[in-house]
Amino acid sequence: MNFDFSEDQKQLKDQARRFLENKSSSKAVRRILETPEPFDRELWKGLAEMGFLGTVIPEEYGGLGAGYLELCVIAEELGRSVAAVPFSSTVYLTAEFLLAAGSEAQKQKYLPRIAAGEMIGAFAYAEGVGNASARNVHTSVSGGKLSGVKLPVLDGDVADIAIVAVKAGKGLSLYIVELDAPGIARTVLETIDPTRSQAKIEFTSAAAELLGAEGAGEEIIERVLDRAAVLTAFEQLGGADRALEMARDYALGRMAFGRPIGSFQAIKHILADMYVSATLARSNCYYGAWALSTEAGELPQAAATARVSATQAYQHCSKNNIQVHGGMGFTWEFDCHLYYRRSNLLALTLGSLSQWEDTLIDRLAKRNAA
Amino acid sequence: MNFDDTPEEAVFRKEVRAWLDANAPKEYAAELKNSGFGHTALKGVDVGVASKAWQKKKFDAGWACLHWPKEYGGRGATPIERVIWQQEEGIYAALSSLFIIGHGMCGPTMMTYASEEQKRAYLPPLAAGEHIWCQLFSEPAGGSDLAGLRTKAEKDGDDCVINGQKIWTSGAHYSDYGIVITRTDPNVPKHKGLTMFFLDMHTPGIEVRPIKQVNGQSGFNEVYFTDVRVPDSQRLGKVGEGWSVSLTTLMNERLSIGSGMPTGFPDLLDFVATLETPDGPAINDRNVRSRLASWAVKTSGLKYTAFRSISALSRGEMPGPENSIGKLVAGATMQEIATFALDLQGQAGALVNPDQAAAAARFQAMLLRSPATRIEGGTDEILRNIIAERVLGLPADIRVDKDVPFNKIPTSAKA
Ligand SMILES: Cc1cc2nc3c(=O)[nH]c(=O)nc-3n(C[C@H](O)[C@H](O)[C@H](O)COP(=O)(O)OP(=O)(O)OC[C@H]3O[C@@H](n4cnc5c(N)ncnc54)[C@H](O)[C@@H]3O)c2cc1C
Repeated sequence: MNFDFSEDQKQLKDQARRFLENKSSSKAVRRILETPEPFDRELWKGLAEMGFLGTVIPEEYGGLGAGYLELCVIAEELGRSVAAVPFSSTVYLTAEFLLAAGSEAQKQKYLPRIAAGEMIGAFAYAEGVGNASARNVHTSVSGGKLSGVKLPVLDGDVADIAIVAVKAGKGLSLYIVELDAPGIARTVLETIDPTRSQAKIEFTSAAAELLGAEGAGEEIIERVLDRAAVLTAFEQLGGADRALEMARDYALGRMAFGRPIGSFQAIKHILADMYVSATLARSNCYYGAWALSTEAGELPQAAATARVSATQAYQHCSKNNIQVHGGMGFTWEFDCHLYYRRSNLLALTLGSLSQWEDTLIDRLAKRNAA
Repeated sequence: MNFDDTPEEAVFRKEVRAWLDANAPKEYAAELKNSGFGHTALKGVDVGVASKAWQKKKFDAGWACLHWPKEYGGRGATPIERVIWQQEEGIYAALSSLFIIGHGMCGPTMMTYASEEQKRAYLPPLAAGEHIWCQLFSEPAGGSDLAGLRTKAEKDGDDCVINGQKIWTSGAHYSDYGIVITRTDPNVPKHKGLTMFFLDMHTPGIEVRPIKQVNGQSGFNEVYFTDVRVPDSQRLGKVGEGWSVSLTTLMNERLSIGSGMPTGFPDLLDFVATLETPDGPAINDRNVRSRLASWAVKTSGLKYTAFRSISALSRGEMPGPENSIGKLVAGATMQEIATFALDLQGQAGALVNPDQAAAAARFQAMLLRSPATRIEGGTDEILRNIIAERVLGLPADIRVDKDVPFNKIPTSAKA
């Protein structure tokens, strides 16, 4: 049994960590938090130069053609550094949609630009409050023109193209929309985590091109969301681990009642429980990574497992990181809130935790009955 | 990343499978599959007899304690081969519970500290299941604070004379031998005055009184020692070094990794799929599903945590600290699952007779057994301390009794 990353993959992880410690320091993340600048362009350029944006994009489309395990370790490091870039929307979603359902021409047109860092993508699915599904999507297409309101769209304000879910009878279809075309109005939305921006996009007879077969949207979305769930779980894992480390370090240094607070059992037990949830999440993420990289039939179950576990771990670790820091944890100055914000944002993207819990049990029950 | 065996591992697994296929007591398979949670019952045959027979059969073919050296009854298997054996033995491992303490704790301690002659004499019958061993560590004044124990051992000629009381000793009532930790010097700080022995449980002066447990069974006992003479040659380790001997016993557990500790989740998933409510099967209820999901990811997390450790063993390395979460997560999860399964049964959740209760009273057995999992072998709180201190590097608890001679430490009686 070799249920671990290879030496090369571990080296890549180290490389990504060093790169991000340098380029996505808390100072860099805070610049995005505190200024109107929507994302870290400098970092984005760097990620393109490192080849990270095209990790799994085949070489014929300008990518590195490496595997998903490589992308998983990069994702973990992006999560650890709370990188303020539209990586997930572009790499885990847009590129994956194109790879899963794009025509040869569509892949040729978009993938090389994504790999080169010249194109940002977004997935426009939700239309207001509630998890998106075929039942609450009203955006429609007639005569090749798309109309409707999508909200919120993660990275929708900075994206160059969007993959848009559109009503098709009882189901859905997917369309590619270039966002600099006429008939598109975008509004930036204020959110709990300004380091990842979100937008409302109003489409009024915007030019759109079908992606995949008409009416096949739900199936493609499910497939792509499973893959994105594993990758996002690694980001969540990276964040959870960092929050645990921050709390541990603070507990060692902060004195109260004449002793380090880390010598109080109440604090030790909080930290031990953070370690437990992060360890469970790591093991479940590895399971997801294995399923993703081998295209295993178990991927749907593994993806939901990794997603639920990592969401719980990140939320648990980020909130207790603040608790261990006391009043300092609630200051703008300390970095705890960067992780608290991001953990709660990531818990909602791709469908919220309760939806993934439901999906997980659905899939486990089906397997169990089979 | 893969779950595949190396070529050598695959050959070994094949050999194990072939032997099990030809020799496992298949007549008990169905009943063993449905047993567990402190209830291994077989109709028409005594579990003890069946367990000993299976153990002997394994021993004769070299599969008992397979990671032990050949001369002591094993086959010198590698840690990963031991894991493969455990995976393949599967449900039949339920017939090994009588021997867990002997094989897991006492044997390794003997292996490290007993004389060559003693090892050759005592280990093979232990491996064969002919002798059952118990672990006489905990006392009324020393459970979590094991080093607070008071049972005395005093040198008298070539013997040591033991007086005192042990408690919670699992299996003492049917054990042939035991390892016992005693205090030989009360004038030094508590960890320094301890000494370990092994002894014959039939030695005069030992009195075993079963204790009735929450679940009605009597798996553990009080053991009284009145002028029990043990030859000094049965001392394990030096006088005053009993504490480090006891740590050897516990360290060995790190290498015994199954495939994740059971949480009861598969049982619950089966149960809710078939449980009818006025609104259809219970599993269709969104609240039920949400609760299930959290336990599902804990169960899966334990399984894949074990796989990570197994991968380290497969590479010939020591597993990392990740395994320290196993019992902590499994014990609490099992208790929650049991409580929830009873809740779904409404008032009938109170029934305990397998012929009357839902799911053959499986969850009631789980409910009544699970508190013990959170206590035995280190309580949840002690495990959290260990993770915090040894894994995360936080300061040890402040110990008011650390440098004080044992006989000057305040006790419950004197405080
Ligand atoms: C089913 C079962 C089988 C057992 N079998 C054996 C056996 O075969 N051999 C054997 O030697 N022992 C055996 N034990 C004993 C077991 O190891 C002890 O019960 C256990 O270590 C706890 O000790 P205690 O009972 O004295 O509880 P205590 O130590 O008195 O603990 C009471 C409470 O205080 C908490 N506590 C104590 N110290 C600390 C601390 N430092 N920090 C935080 N909280 C603390 C505990 O977590 C617990 O909640 C068995 C126990 C059970 C339940």
